[in-house]
Amino acid sequence: MLFESISLSYTHPGQKTIVFPDIKLQEKESCLILGKSGSGKTTFLNLLAGLLVPETGQIQLAGTDLTRLKGQELDLFRGKEIGIVFQKAHLLAALTVKENLELAHFFSKKKGQNLDSLLAELGLASKADSSVLTLSEGEAQRVSIARALANEPKLILADEPTASLDDENAQKVIHLLQSQASKIGAVLIIVTHDHRVKSQIPHYIEIQ
Amino acid sequence: MNLFKLSWKYLTFRPLTTGLNVLLLAMGLAIITVLLLIQDQIEKKMTQDAAGIDLVVGAKGSPLQLILSSVYHIDFPTGNIPLEEAKKLTRNRLVKSIIPLALGDNYQGHRIIGTNHDYIKLYKSELSGGNLWKYPFEVVIGAEIAQKTGLKIGDKFEGSHGISVGSHGHEEHDFLVVGILKSSGNVLDRLILTSIESVWYTHDEKGSEDSEGHETESHQPIVDLFHAEVALSGFPETDSSRELTSLLIGYRNPMAAIQLPRQINSGTFMQAASPSFEMLRLFELLGLGVSLLQGLAIVLIGISGLGIFIALYNSLKERKYDLAILRTIGASRVQLLFLIFLEGLMLTFIGAILGLVLGHTFLWLLISQNDQGVVSNLQAWIFLEEELWVVIYALIVGVVASLIPAWSAYQTSIAKQLTKG
Repeated sequence: MLFESISLSYTHPGQKTIVFPDIKLQEKESCLILGKSGSGKTTFLNLLAGLLVPETGQIQLAGTDLTRLKGQELDLFRGKEIGIVFQKAHLLAALTVKENLELAHFFSKKKGQNLDSLLAELGLASKADSSVLTLSEGEAQRVSIARALANEPKLILADEPTASLDDENAQKVIHLLQSQASKIGAVLIIVTHDHRVKSQIPHYIEIQ
Repeated sequence: MNLFKLSWKYLTFRPLTTGLNVLLLAMGLAIITVLLLIQDQIEKKMTQDAAGIDLVVGAKGSPLQLILSSVYHIDFPTGNIPLEEAKKLTRNRLVKSIIPLALGDNYQGHRIIGTNHDYIKLYKSELSGGNLWKYPFEVVIGAEIAQKTGLKIGDKFEGSHGISVGSHGHEEHDFLVVGILKSSGNVLDRLILTSIESVWYTHDEKGSEDSEGHETESHQPIVDLFHAEVALSGFPETDSSRELTSLLIGYRNPMAAIQLPRQINSGTFMQAASPSFEMLRLFELLGLGVSLLQGLAIVLIGISGLGIFIALYNSLKERKYDLAILRTIGASRVQLLFLIFLEGLMLTFIGAILGLVLGHTFLWLLISQNDQGVVSNLQAWIFLEEELWVVIYALIVGVVASLIPAWSAYQTSIAKQLTKG
């Protein structure tokens, strides 16, 4: 098993404890996390990314238990092995497209993959040196996918990556995530309630 | 890509805010730099020029004016003293050395000082060419005079009466340059030195026209005197009643410092003033203006510190998401803390360097606008150790201004920030 989450639970202050279903995924497998809004989908994603610490349970990624890492160790592990795509691109406005990707290499202290060929694969080769302020929403989202992939992570997490995109761009984004994940041999987990995604990836887990 | 480059990108992303803060800080630091430079150089010059002079004796009036006119040659003399009175002082057992000065003429605004060779020995100055004066109307000029007027050995020039430019000329007798002094950075550089006799004879020729009281009572035919050797040390010999402007006195022993000024001030028609005491008084008077400027500089630096703080804090609010993103791609809290500090430090470092450059440039402008007087003798491109402190103070401002923003960056919870999204 490349990725495994076992009996995770988390309590937001003043709310009742959420118990999350277990996930087990092999290399190149993908999985959707579905659920009504407010059901704790994003909390689940934050737990899997090591951004929140679960009350119980463990998360195994490539032989490392994420819940046992702390501070700088956890930050570095996240940088190296987990790529996260958010609903909005949230690129650093002060930097160019390529510089945004270089940051991922710098902070994770990992060489990662060649950025020029990555950008080319995502159809962004001509935008490498443009300011991110000049990108369209679809392009920006693709850059944020490139940023998540820059370090060839073992786990790719995506939080509603298609919510603000039109059909064509949504299609592209899902396709990119899947093809890149299988290219670098990573696990892909997408939190969504978008039916356009559901039709593409059959395997899903529902949070009640 | 590294933290340094990332900070720089953020700074240049907001050029107006960054520029304004840098400029404010630079202004404050420039004022401090100019003050430092002027204070250091004037104090050095003042001490250097007054070295070896314990007491100045001259006509009654303002003691500060006496010092300024006779030691630093910047103010007008207080008046004249009779030669007879001055000579009596040589017999005083408290007096070790005595150098007479006779002022009253200028050449293009440069003062012509009648004195003896002891005056040059006092400053240990050496000739770069020619020799010292031996006959009346022979002069030795300071290095700066030579450079500014272009006078060379063998050149003749006509002095004007008074000690500032625009006074009417003495047409009767020209001065002859016989020597040029090496530049030594002291007051001699900007003086024209000659014998006391030269000064006397210049005014004799003007006769009764001269209202300032160098009376012509010479019993010898003037022409003979012109070719007689002048006194190279001590007082010139004369049988007419002559006058001097002031005397520079060296004490024989520490007791003299207590007794001699009182003896002179109460026992004669002359006054005695101590250069060190008068300069102290002058600096106390100037001190108010200096502290006012220092206050202004500190206010400017304070405002710029506040500006940097506000800029960092505001940009941090916009950037919390950026910081959260950086954390998700592997940045640690400490790195983010560092990033914000680096930004504050870079901002203040640029401000400090710009401030120093502005300060020196401002002083240079000031000097180039004044070709005479005290300011013209300052050096704009001398660098002091204190300027290093200016940079360090600026960096401290940077650290203090970034403390709160950096801490709040350190505290940012990624998950909360990202879900707010």
